[in-house]
Amino acid sequence: MDFNDTPEQAAFRKSAADWLAANVPTKEETEGLNRLQIAKLWQKRKYDAGWACIGWDPAYGGRGASAIEQVIWKQEEAKYDVPASFFVIGQGMMAPTLMAYAQPQHLERYLPKLASGEEIWCQLFSEPAGGSDLAALRTKAEKDGDEWVINGQKIWTSGAHYSDYGCVVVRTDPTVPKHKGLSYFFIDMKSPGIEIKPIKQLTGESDFNEVYFTDVRVPDSQRLGEVGQGWQVSLTTLMNERAAIGAGSSGVNVNLAIQLAKEVMIDGKPAIEDSAVKARLANFYVEEAGLKFTSYRTLSALSRGDIPGPENSIGKLVGAPKMQQLASFCMDLLETSGAIWDTSRSKLADNIIGSYMGAPGLRIAGGTDEIMTNIIAERVLGLPQEPRMDKGIPFTDVPTG
Amino acid sequence: MNFEFSEEQQMLRDQARSYLTQHCPTTLVRRVLNNRETHDADLYKGIAEMGWTATTIPEEYGGLGMSHLELVVIAEELGRACAPVPFSSSVYLAAEAIMALGTEAQKQAWLPKLADGSAIGCFALGEAGGAVTPDQISTSIADGVINGTKVPVADGGIADVAIVVCKSDGGDGATLALVDLGQDAVAKDNVQMIDFSRGHSELTFNGACAEVLGEEGAGWAAVESLMNSAAILFAWEQIGLADKALEQAREYALGRFAFGRSIASYQAIKHKLAKMYVKNTLARSNAYYGAWALNAGASDLAVAAATSRVAAIQASLFAAEENIQTHGGMGFTWEFDCQFYYRRAKLLSLAVGSEKQWQGRLVDGLAASA
Repeated sequence: MDFNDTPEQAAFRKSAADWLAANVPTKEETEGLNRLQIAKLWQKRKYDAGWACIGWDPAYGGRGASAIEQVIWKQEEAKYDVPASFFVIGQGMMAPTLMAYAQPQHLERYLPKLASGEEIWCQLFSEPAGGSDLAALRTKAEKDGDEWVINGQKIWTSGAHYSDYGCVVVRTDPTVPKHKGLSYFFIDMKSPGIEIKPIKQLTGESDFNEVYFTDVRVPDSQRLGEVGQGWQVSLTTLMNERAAIGAGSSGVNVNLAIQLAKEVMIDGKPAIEDSAVKARLANFYVEEAGLKFTSYRTLSALSRGDIPGPENSIGKLVGAPKMQQLASFCMDLLETSGAIWDTSRSKLADNIIGSYMGAPGLRIAGGTDEIMTNIIAERVLGLPQEPRMDKGIPFTDVPTG
Repeated sequence: MNFEFSEEQQMLRDQARSYLTQHCPTTLVRRVLNNRETHDADLYKGIAEMGWTATTIPEEYGGLGMSHLELVVIAEELGRACAPVPFSSSVYLAAEAIMALGTEAQKQAWLPKLADGSAIGCFALGEAGGAVTPDQISTSIADGVINGTKVPVADGGIADVAIVVCKSDGGDGATLALVDLGQDAVAKDNVQMIDFSRGHSELTFNGACAEVLGEEGAGWAAVESLMNSAAILFAWEQIGLADKALEQAREYALGRFAFGRSIASYQAIKHKLAKMYVKNTLARSNAYYGAWALNAGASDLAVAAATSRVAAIQASLFAAEENIQTHGGMGFTWEFDCQFYYRRAKLLSLAVGSEKQWQGRLVDGLAASA
C-alpha cells in the first residue's frame, strides 16, 4: 500500500501538470463563448495533444494510460475550472458499451470523434412508465427488412438537444417477460421522426428533455448485442453510469464549508470553534474522504482487469445526499443570508445554492438512492429480491397504472 | 500509488483468521464473559507464539520488525473474533509508547517481554469522568516515586507494566511514567465494564517506584501522538467487528421467515443491512489511508487518524446495534452472541477518546491545514 506517486507516476503527473498549465484556455480565448463551445474547444485541444480519454486504445484517440494515470490526470485537470460534463455520458457510459458490443468499423468511426468532443452522445433509457423499473419501458421497435422502426417516448434524456448520437433501449418482443423482450441500438439523433422537447427543472434550467419517436428508422447493423439481449447491454451502460456519476466531485465540499465556518460567527466566536459545527463537519469529511479512498481502492481492482461492479453504487448513494446536506449546512451557517442566490452579493451562492438546488436531481438520476440501496442489498450482499408481480409473465399481461 | 494490501499481508490475514476461527470460537468468548474472567491466558499465549505481539517491535528487542500494515491486518481479525485478550493495551499502547519514547535500558527491559507475551503492558490515562486534559490529572511522579489513582485501566489487573500519565507543573502539563506493577505499593481493584470479556481495573499507586518515560513536561504531546497511532489500530479492530456483525445480521435475516418469506427480502431489512455495508466500506477505506499514513509517517497523520477513528466508531456502533434489531427478540437474549459485539463496540468506541473528541480533533486538523 502506498498513497504516494512512484517516480514514474510523479513524472507522469508533472508532464500532465505542465501541459495543463500551458494549454488551459485563457479568458481571452473563451470570451463570448458559451459553456458548450468552451467545452468543445477544450476537448479538441486535449484530443489533438493526446490528453483526451487517456485510458482508451491509441487507435481510438487515447494513450492506453493505466487506471492510476487516469486518476492522476483527473486530479490535475480538476485544479482548473474547465467544463467537462457535456462528454460524461458519451465518454463514460456509451463508449464502454460500444467497446463491449459494437463492430470494429463502428469503433473506428465513432470513438475518435467521441474522444475529441466533435460528436456528443446521449442515453435514451428512461420512459414515463419506466424509471426505477427501467425494464418496464414501452417504446417499441419492429423489424422491417434490414431496418427497425421505432415508436414511443423517452424522458429525462440529458443533453438530447445538443447530442449527435444516442443509445436507445426498446421493446422488440412484448410477448415475453419484460427483461427478455428488449434490444439495444445506437441512433443518429438527426434521424427523421425524432422530436426533442426540453424539460424545465426546478432550478429553472433545462438540461434534459422528452424525446418522441415517430416511425424512426434505424439500420439493424446499429444494434448492440443480440435481439432480446438489450437488458444485459443496458447493465453495462448502467454500471459505468454509476461509476461516472459517483466519481464526480463537483459542488460543495468540506474544504469550502471549513472556510465558511472560519468566517461566520456563532455566539461571538468563529463557527468553526462550535462543537456542534465540528461534529457535522467531521461527519461530512468522513463521507467525503471515505468515498475518495473507496474510489482509489476500486481503481486498484480495475487496474487488475476487474470490471465495474455493483459496489460502485456507493459513490452516488453517499455522494448525492451528502452534497444536499452539506450545501444545506453551509446555508445554515450563513443564517438568512444563506438564502441569497445572487452572485453579485454572495460569491459562494452559485456553488452552495447551486448544489442545494441541483442535489435532488442527482439523488434521482442514474438510479435513485433507494434503487442504489437495493442494488447493494441484492447484488453485493446477496439478499433476495422483493416478490415481483411481473415476474415470468409476458410483458403484455403485466398490470399497469 | 497502490491502494491494496500486499500478497504477504493478505496471507497473514488468512492465517490470522484461520487461527482465530480455531482458537477463539464464540464459545470461548462466551466462557470468559459468563465467568467475568479478565482474559483468556491460553489464547494470548497462542497469539504471542504466532508472533503477533512482536509484529512492529524491532528485531534487536526480540520483535519481528514488521510494519503497521501487518499489525492492522491482525487487529482487524482480533476485532472480528471479539478476542478476549490484552492485545490492544499491550501492543497498540504500551509497546508503541516504549518504542517511541523509551531509553535504551527501558526498551531492553520491556520490549522483549512484550514481544514474546511473557509480560503484558497497559496504559493508564483517566481518573474521573469526562474528557481528560492535563489539568484534570492529579497522579504525580517525583524523584522516582508515583502517587495517585487511575480508573478505569484496561487490563490493569493482569498487566506487568503500565504507562501512566502524570501531571507536570512545567512544559505541556504532563509527564509519562513507566511503572512496574509487580510491587506492593501498587493496588489493583477490578472494575466491571460494559464488556464482561475485557478486564479493567482501578490502579492505585501508593508511593510506588516509577521511571519517567520520555521527556519530563512533554507527556501530553506524547499522549496525543500515541493516540493517533492507537486510533488507527483500534479502528481496524472496530472494522473487523462491524463486518462480523453485518455478516451475522445477514445470515440471520436470510434464515428467518415472517409473513411467508425471508425477512431479508423486506426493504426495511435490506436497506438496514445495505446501510451497514456502506458505513463499513467508508470506515475501511478511511482506515486504509490511516494505516498508510501511520506507516509512512505522513504529515496529515493526525487528520487520517481522526478520520479513521470517527468512521470506525460510527460503523461499529451502527452494525452492533442494528444487528440486534435485525435479530428481534432473540438478539436481546443472553443466549445469542449479538451481545458480544454490542458490548465490545461500545467499549472500543470509548477506549481511546470518544467520537465527539475525535470529531473535534479532525476538524481542528483540517482547519489548521486549510
